Amino acid sequence: MEKPNSTRGRVSPGLALRNFLIMAYTISVDGLRKRYGDVRAVDGVSFDVHQGEFFGILGPNGAGKTTTLEIIEGLREADEGTVTVLGLPPWPRNSTLLPRIGVQLQASSFFERLTAREQLQTFGSLYGVPAEKADAMLETVGLGEKADVQVEKLSGGQAQRLSIACALVHDPELVFLDEPTAALDPQARRNLWDLLREINTGGRTIVLTTHHMDEAEVLCDRVAIMDRGRILQLGPPAALVRGLDAPARISVASGLLAEEDARALPGADTVSDDGVSLTISTRDPSAVVAAMAAKDALAGVQIHGGTLEDVFLELTGREYRA
Amino acid sequence: MSTFASFKSLSRAMYLGFRRDKGALFFTIVFPLMFLVIFGGVFGNQTTSKAKVIQIGRVTVLDQARAHDGAELGKIMSITGGTDRAAALKKVREGDADAAVEQRGDSVVMHYSAADQVKSGTVRGYMESIVQTANIAVTGRPPTYRMVPEQVEDDSTKAIQFFTPSLLGWALASAGVFGASQTLVTWRTKGILRRLRLSPAPISAVFGARVVVSIGIALAQMALFLAIARLPVFGLKLQDSWWMAIPLVVSGVLAFLSIGMVIGAWAKTQEAAQTVTQLIVLPMAFLGGSFFPLDGAPGWLQALSYVFPLRYLNEGMLNVMMRGLGPSSALPQIGILLGISLAGAVVATRLFRWDAA
Ligand SMILES: Nc1ncnc2c1ncn2[C@@H]1O[C@H](COP(=O)(O)OP(=O)(O)O)[C@@H](O)[C@H]1O
Ligand SMILES: [Mg+2]
Repeated sequence: MEKPNSTRGRVSPGLALRNFLIMAYTISVDGLRKRYGDVRAVDGVSFDVHQGEFFGILGPNGAGKTTTLEIIEGLREADEGTVTVLGLPPWPRNSTLLPRIGVQLQASSFFERLTAREQLQTFGSLYGVPAEKADAMLETVGLGEKADVQVEKLSGGQAQRLSIACALVHDPELVFLDEPTAALDPQARRNLWDLLREINTGGRTIVLTTHHMDEAEVLCDRVAIMDRGRILQLGPPAALVRGLDAPARISVASGLLAEEDARALPGADTVSDDGVSLTISTRDPSAVVAAMAAKDALAGVQIHGGTLEDVFLELTGREYRA
Repeated sequence: MSTFASFKSLSRAMYLGFRRDKGALFFTIVFPLMFLVIFGGVFGNQTTSKAKVIQIGRVTVLDQARAHDGAELGKIMSITGGTDRAAALKKVREGDADAAVEQRGDSVVMHYSAADQVKSGTVRGYMESIVQTANIAVTGRPPTYRMVPEQVEDDSTKAIQFFTPSLLGWALASAGVFGASQTLVTWRTKGILRRLRLSPAPISAVFGARVVVSIGIALAQMALFLAIARLPVFGLKLQDSWWMAIPLVVSGVLAFLSIGMVIGAWAKTQEAAQTVTQLIVLPMAFLGGSFFPLDGAPGWLQALSYVFPLRYLNEGMLNVMMRGLGPSSALPQIGILLGISLAGAVVATRLFRWDAA
């Protein structure tokens, strides 16, 4: 016998609205948890990613970035929580969703002893991409000259580019990149940033993890700062820094200004002199700079605002160490 | 993105990876062929070596025999001349020659060493028959009785006839088990499997590719084995139904692949997979009858040999390629090998993991 006030078969207005919103988001993650034995790798993570957004997950090693990403990609099953990607659940393996997403795994995974071109053609053909299109992608990531080099002989940066090319070869709407610039030298990192921006301007949604603060600041529309399986703060990098009310740091060459005099300046909080430069930390940089100008002590002045590093320090009480 | 396109490109990737792997090429193709050449060469010409006889001075009967029938005599003994009796006897004593022969009046004296009685017995037999023939010739009458020697083994039991299918069986077993277990473990530990899992390619395309590439390699191995064994030096002779070895080889490869897939699905590291593969393939090769014929082996060993799939493959191939049995004689072995393949595939599917952890 059916209960008189059964709601079975009817969807409450709240739930309908939520479903509608989930459909509107490219990714919707709610209350995600994943444990490995005693380790809470992901410990209650929720966020949404909009279409066309460049979304970053920033955190030190072991924060749970990869685990979060792999649950969203459908490589791992969450212990708790829900994930919707392009309106579909990624777990269990969902072969209607797979062609629409592109993934670059943290550990690059290539077929052994194939050349860059063969590699990309092989991956492409799994998605029905013709060989010429795969070759064109090789040019896009700047590996045209390395087409016939076996993957084992590519440099770190080249391998990373190839790995990204493999994620993009079938022109997915949504791209996941797990620490694409880790282990690259600064020059290679900057080159890769240009490539990533290009990918994003095509209207694709990108989700990127990184442990480099500067990378998140430069590339991402919004950043989730993650530590110990939790998201500590989420928002556009500039807003996070501004919201922090972090002190600015003003530094000049040592010897221009005595430490005591500097401390006496209006607005100066702390002062340090390491023998090379004198640094004044302040929440009122304009007052300090004006006073320094009056003392004619502005030669070679540098002013640094707050960074995501300060945000991390503020949130965790720990120095940020990737 | 048809399954077939995925299957084709994965097969190509696997084949190229194999062709460019010098170690794998050596161990699956060259190494077994080396065994074939060595075994076929060593045991292939196992005719007893000629008796070495030193003739001291003039020995009339020997000279006559040589003049009369030199070619025949040359096949069974090599006769060197010498006048120094002491040196000749020393050589016999030291085993450098099998006998020394001299003539004293009407007697033919043969010096021999008791050290190698088989050899000296053989030479003695030859010498007696030479003397006997000479005696008959002296009477001027044709001999009444003749002896025609004939070896019971004909060409078909020459060593190459045994070693070609048996060593081929071993080569297929090792290539099949290694190929499957290594692909699976390497692809898993290197993250290729999880990368494939993120593509729409079905798993069947991954396994199908491995199977097809392995069968292709196996047929190439078979062709090379037969081509080399049929060189005049080795002189392999195939029986009418030899072609039945092709379906045998295919079903054998399936069986070995499924064993390899079980190992590959179970093993966590490449080293573990390699060790277990060796632990299975080597005993299987020995006890499955790849290195020596099991016909003369004790009963318990023969019974044990049927534990190994290789035994069925070897037996089936020997039957159709060498023993001249009809095509249908291979059907039981094919059936058993396919059964093993199926059982292995079921277990491997159960154990299969995309991910290293
Ligand atoms: N497969 C696994 N088995 C056990 N522990 C794991 C596994 N993967 C990750 N972990 C643990 O979970 C935590 C989060 O790891 P991960 O998601 O890789 O972090 P990140 O990518 O931010 O460096 C770490 O403590 C890590 O040791
Ligand atoms: Mg990681």
